[in-house]
Amino acid sequence: MNALPFLRNGELINLAEIPSLPYRDFGDHLARLLSAGGRLAACFVDSPPDAGNVLPVYAVIAEDAENRLGVLRAFISRAQESLTPRIPQLHLFEREMAEQFGVVFRGHPWFKPVRFHAPWPGETDAWGRNPLDHPQVGAMHYFRMEGDDVHEVGVGPVHAGIIEPGHFRFQCHGETVLHLEISLGYQHRGIERLVAGGPWPRTPYQIETAAGDSTIGHMTAYSMVLEALAGADVPENALMLRAMALELERLANHVGDLGALAGDIGFLPTAAYCGRLRGDFLNMTALVCGSRFGRGLVRPGGVRFDCNAVRAEKLRQALTAAADHTRGALDLFFETPSVLGRLEGVGMVCREDAAALGLTGVAGKACGIDCDTRRHHGTGVFTDETIAAVTETTGDVFARAKVRRREIEQSIGLLHRFLNFRMRGPLNVPIGPSAPDSMAVALVEGWRGPIVHIAVTGGDGRFRRYKIVDPSFLNWSSLALALRNEQISDFPLCNKSFNLSYCGFDL
Amino acid sequence: MTETISTFFIHLLLLFGLSPLLAGVIARTKALVAGRQGPPVTQLYRDIWKLFRKEMVISETTTWVFRAGPLVGFAVPILAALLVPFGAMHAPLSFTGDAILFVYLLALARFFTILAALDTGSSFEGMGAAREATFSALAEPAIFVAFIVLAHTSGSLTLSSMLRPGPGGELFHGPSSMSLLLVSFSLFIILLAENCRIPFDDPNTHLELTMIHEVMVLDHSGPDLGLILYGAALKLLLSSALVLNLVLPSSGNDLVDTLVFIAGLLLLAVCIGLVESAMARLRLIRIPQLLVGTTMLSFFALLLIVR
Repeated sequence: MNALPFLRNGELINLAEIPSLPYRDFGDHLARLLSAGGRLAACFVDSPPDAGNVLPVYAVIAEDAENRLGVLRAFISRAQESLTPRIPQLHLFEREMAEQFGVVFRGHPWFKPVRFHAPWPGETDAWGRNPLDHPQVGAMHYFRMEGDDVHEVGVGPVHAGIIEPGHFRFQCHGETVLHLEISLGYQHRGIERLVAGGPWPRTPYQIETAAGDSTIGHMTAYSMVLEALAGADVPENALMLRAMALELERLANHVGDLGALAGDIGFLPTAAYCGRLRGDFLNMTALVCGSRFGRGLVRPGGVRFDCNAVRAEKLRQALTAAADHTRGALDLFFETPSVLGRLEGVGMVCREDAAALGLTGVAGKACGIDCDTRRHHGTGVFTDETIAAVTETTGDVFARAKVRRREIEQSIGLLHRFLNFRMRGPLNVPIGPSAPDSMAVALVEGWRGPIVHIAVTGGDGRFRRYKIVDPSFLNWSSLALALRNEQISDFPLCNKSFNLSYCGFDL
Repeated sequence: MTETISTFFIHLLLLFGLSPLLAGVIARTKALVAGRQGPPVTQLYRDIWKLFRKEMVISETTTWVFRAGPLVGFAVPILAALLVPFGAMHAPLSFTGDAILFVYLLALARFFTILAALDTGSSFEGMGAAREATFSALAEPAIFVAFIVLAHTSGSLTLSSMLRPGPGGELFHGPSSMSLLLVSFSLFIILLAENCRIPFDDPNTHLELTMIHEVMVLDHSGPDLGLILYGAALKLLLSSALVLNLVLPSSGNDLVDTLVFIAGLLLLAVCIGLVESAMARLRLIRIPQLLVGTTMLSFFALLLIVR
């Protein structure tokens, strides 16, 4: 076996340095790296213009303990033996490659479309559909059970609440869910293809809305990719402001999520207070950049807004007040017996399943998986910052709620430290041309988990392939697992405890 | 004769006029506890008025049963209310055994609501119907045992005497005060269960998979929905009257008694609001345990008086 090339988060690697393996060896290496504690951050097909019928596949493996990223490459044909039975983390990546490039993975146990779009231009369709037709979203064979008292319940894509569209199909025995199948793709916008060939002037706006509630996370990852490709040295001001905005985003969403959990179980005080407090945290982001979701704050090369001493003082006051109220609302929530009775032991995912599926973020931490990009792959401000691990062991709704509560505390502490920083000097640097024939990888710990952006540049230095992996992509599978043998009436609660992104999955 | 007619009139006036207010008071209480302002207490009057002026959308797969559900659900609480005294005010109608009619009138309304839900053929409404049938089967013994205690205390099977065994206020003094206390408590829990309040059901939720009662009426719209909302409000007042009868004293003055009853209703609504604010919903599989527990509570009340 050749020595594998490694890089760190936010670095680039020349494509020529990545050895090419046969797909079988690729699988061996991958299995070895994953069993040694690695996580599959991304796996995707690149499409160089002269590819023909042999496509290069890249896999990026995050080795948390070693603080490094491994890269593997293989060349595959359009009909390939599936590695999913051996490496479950690949299950969605293989389906995605099949949908985009028409690669048929033989032996894949669940070979279905992911987002229901036509294959990319010039590619064949893996399921023999007409590549010129637009497939109907959700048109596939669903898992189905037969038998006495077994019934099927379909929910969505149009929901009663104000949430994104997605279809959930339950196979139930009375009130017990035997199986849940999740079908998404209703919000597919084709962001990866829109960005390819770029960066274009409109690209930042598209990236900011890849998952609108993780604007800062996605935009920071995109900026890191471009900065790595251009070799830009981002000023410390900008790194600090990005870190602050990232923690504010985490606070707003975690507080909002806990409030929504309270709402789902009809516990009004916390639902009402957290709903308001989420707004308070969003307004703090608006105080810095004028947008509650941080649109327009982060740009490649730096940030576009300043946080001077006056603003920092205002932020500090707002943060102190909001933090006090948040603690009060959450103490009440976590100390009320009827609330705990609803959260504990519901929607369990065991650690083995979580590890096999490569769960990350809140979903993974709740199962005891210690994965935090700020902790293991820290860049910018987080390089020297010590981030304590936030993990729980039970893997139920309660564990996910508790991870959020502890991360809220952590983020408040971090922000108070960040606010002591005095901004001096420039906010951004100009970004030069990107390095040709290279790959840059950026991981950012968004509030749901690690957001992965990878760019592969062609000979002209433009993006030949741009790959985005939102933490929701793999974590949706855990919701299906959590519902096994669970009461169907607890589905909304389980769903809210993950609160995964539909558009982040659909891209 | 005139007195009977005026009893009827005042009874119905209180029933129709006040019932939507209770829902408003509950909502307002919850809002205030949660630190919000909340909708005005008259919101349900406005909602019902709005719905009565709207068009109806009726699924083509349904039959007359679908329309009958809301009508029966509205008519039944009116009939049942005529059997129940409002505090010191006598019930307009009473005869031996009307307690049994009372329980089965409510069961009739539930039966038609369930049929109307099944009539739509929707999987959600089927689930709601199954839940309602299961839980009401468990709530029925609870209310019956409570009634047995009352019948034993009063030596009568007429609701008027069962609920007002003496001049009023027996709960606080008298030989059977302990068991009456237990009965009023279990009647309060039955009120929460019958009226789909937290911890049994969440009347405010939009999550169709968690609903019991609300999911059964998802397909109703316009005036039919208005009837359902009004019927639910009537039922809430009716159940509140059951609880209040055991608690409220009587002064001998009709006007004072009426005012005391109204004040009691509003206070009870505030109590419901506080209960809803203080706790989360139960898991659906825990509901039978609470209902059986309520039945046991009434059983203890029975043991206390027959010892």
